[in-house]
Amino acid sequence: MDFTYDEEQVALREAVRGLLGRAYGDFENRRRAVADDPGYDAATWGRMAEMGLLALPFAEDDGGVGAGPVEVGVVAEEIGRVLAPEPYLAAVVLAGGLVAALGTDEQRAELVGGLASGELVPALAHAEPGSRWSAEATAVTAQQAGDTWTLDGVKEPVPFGASADVLLVTAALPGGGTGVFVVDPAADGVTRDGYRTPDGGRAARVHLESATGTPLGEAGVDRTAEVAAAHDATRVAAAQQAVGAMQVALETTAGYLKSREQFGVPLKTFQALTFRAADMYVALELARSLALWATMVHADPDATPEEKADAARRAWAQTSAAGRHVGQEAIQLHGGIAMTAEYSTGSYTAHLTALDHLLGDARHHLGLLALDVAGHGEVDPLR
Amino acid sequence: MRLHLTEEDAAFRAELREFFTTQVDEDIRTAVRDRAHLTQEQIVRSHRTLHAAGLAVPHWPAEWGGRDWSSLRRHLWHEEMQRACVPPPLAFNTSMIGPVIAQFGSQEQKERFLPATANLDIWWSQGFSEPNAGSDLASLRTSAVLDGDTWVVNGQKTWTTLGQYGDWIFTLVRTDPHVKKQAGISMLLIDMTSPGVEVRPIELIDGSHEVNEVWFTDVRVPSENLVGEVNSGWTQAKFLLGNERVGVAPVGATKRLLAQIKEWATTVTSPHGTLLDDPFVAARIAELENELSALELTALRVVAHSADGRPHPASSVLKLKGSELQQAVSELAIDVAGPGALASGADDETSDLPAWQRRGTPAYLNLRKASIYGGSNEVQRQIIAGTILGL
Repeated sequence: MDFTYDEEQVALREAVRGLLGRAYGDFENRRRAVADDPGYDAATWGRMAEMGLLALPFAEDDGGVGAGPVEVGVVAEEIGRVLAPEPYLAAVVLAGGLVAALGTDEQRAELVGGLASGELVPALAHAEPGSRWSAEATAVTAQQAGDTWTLDGVKEPVPFGASADVLLVTAALPGGGTGVFVVDPAADGVTRDGYRTPDGGRAARVHLESATGTPLGEAGVDRTAEVAAAHDATRVAAAQQAVGAMQVALETTAGYLKSREQFGVPLKTFQALTFRAADMYVALELARSLALWATMVHADPDATPEEKADAARRAWAQTSAAGRHVGQEAIQLHGGIAMTAEYSTGSYTAHLTALDHLLGDARHHLGLLALDVAGHGEVDPLR
Repeated sequence: MRLHLTEEDAAFRAELREFFTTQVDEDIRTAVRDRAHLTQEQIVRSHRTLHAAGLAVPHWPAEWGGRDWSSLRRHLWHEEMQRACVPPPLAFNTSMIGPVIAQFGSQEQKERFLPATANLDIWWSQGFSEPNAGSDLASLRTSAVLDGDTWVVNGQKTWTTLGQYGDWIFTLVRTDPHVKKQAGISMLLIDMTSPGVEVRPIELIDGSHEVNEVWFTDVRVPSENLVGEVNSGWTQAKFLLGNERVGVAPVGATKRLLAQIKEWATTVTSPHGTLLDDPFVAARIAELENELSALELTALRVVAHSADGRPHPASSVLKLKGSELQQAVSELAIDVAGPGALASGADDETSDLPAWQRRGTPAYLNLRKASIYGGSNEVQRQIIAGTILGL
């Protein structure tokens, strides 16, 4: 059991911190980047591609660099620290992960290769109005006529769905189960309406009307398990992203308590405030422990899909709850300044809230864990 | 980053599990499992069984019985012990005064006290807190005045846990009233059979006699019983309290109790089937299990980063959260017990209710202490805010 990064991982962290620090160390730059579509800075995305970050989790044969969840977690945490708005989770971990898991050789070469080089940004269109963090698709349906598949229905919200170069659309299969289809957003029958998410990100409604889709991988096969697994891998990376965001939200809050004066003294004079900051630290460190642990479970070649799903759920439940706590307190301990868009802290809270709703909040996941409490004695995280 | 224990560590763990579950007397493990009070004899017997196997003081210097284990192995030792319902070796001896004497004591003190302390031939009591020196420990007033080569001690200590069994007591005493309060304190080892030492019981809210007041009236203590330099006691106190924080999160025991509660919950009916089928109860369990995993993993992170035997400041997280979870699980136990939690005064002869229901409330009330002792949780927040966050 070892929670420390090796030299290469530390070097990766420093490199990413340097790149993203230059891009967004000044919070004004982030505000500018999210102000206009596509909601991030294409140049920064290009530099992330040049550094190999977009290729990290993919096999070398597919154009990737063959790293794993640990390296992805390193990047995610740095993204969280500066709230880099680039769609790393949505495009690389979630959509890219699904392509890597399901795509044919040709599909992987085209989509993973394009993603890794920064030329092609995919989005996973999975959520549907009326569904709530389910791995299944129901409202969007797929029909087969000969070799041609057509899709109908509405996907929403689709993270970065309006600007994506290619859509991966989940749909209910005629024979039951959930399939995944590659859809050209410019194809007939595809309509996209993009909008902002609460944290300055982007999402879209994707309306499909007899839109043509190509099955990702073998046609007509139920891919619910792979969709769930891709979301679980995203939860683990998101947990580290949230840890990075919480760390900075806490540091900023502590800094403010030291510098801001009221009643002629620094705010840190007031124990009512410092104790709450201490509780933020406790929440952060507990979440960090489970996030790192889940990353290690996902990096373990011997871990079963069930173990990975369980680890993702546990890490995300803890991180989500901590994100609420830290995000809310960061604003309250600052006071009015953190309510402003100009000051960074409120945006950290907004981002933590958005991650929560992208991947399922703590209550949702604890509810699922509760269904299984009779199935084991003690929970033993050691392997 | 590595998830798995090495083969050697896994074998180490299996060996300990085997030992704890087969070599410690069953009556002791049953008493712990059933949340009964251990007798003095049971505590001593268990401790000596561990010591005979080299498992009572593995964290001491090798010269005095330590094992030079990695921090991970020490963690595994602690967890496996709790999992097997084995009472930990007496903390006053092994976690508190032993390491202090090993670190600060004279060679004579080490030879005189450490072997006997390790084997629990001496039962140590802790004489730190006073009626007016709780969280503000440094304001203690029990005085020691030198008379030739003898210290004369007067004053009162309190909250002395299991002091009724104590042979010796390690105390903080004021040896210089004229300097900054921390700078005028010394650590003195006192034979509790000395004339002028009186132990008076304090009854607690759970009806137990666990803690005591200890009064000192002109107690004469040889000067060779002073640990370290005169007026250096605050250094030793901080060392001791730091060690106390690290060991104080009983994750293993809390996990075990939570697993027991699940079994108990299946024996109680609810509108949903058993009480374990009640979604609200199941959700509380799921949340507590997750928090305990987070705490256990945090403990592993903290021990891995403790340099030079000094506690990582994040060890305050362990004390703070460990006591909160210990209390929360004990609270769940009485909620699951329901009306049976009223029967605390009954025994096997006078009640049909199972022991776990009858014993839940005293244990719950007793554990309110967990967020007070070892540096109250408010003191831990102060440490986190000050030392870690710079506030």
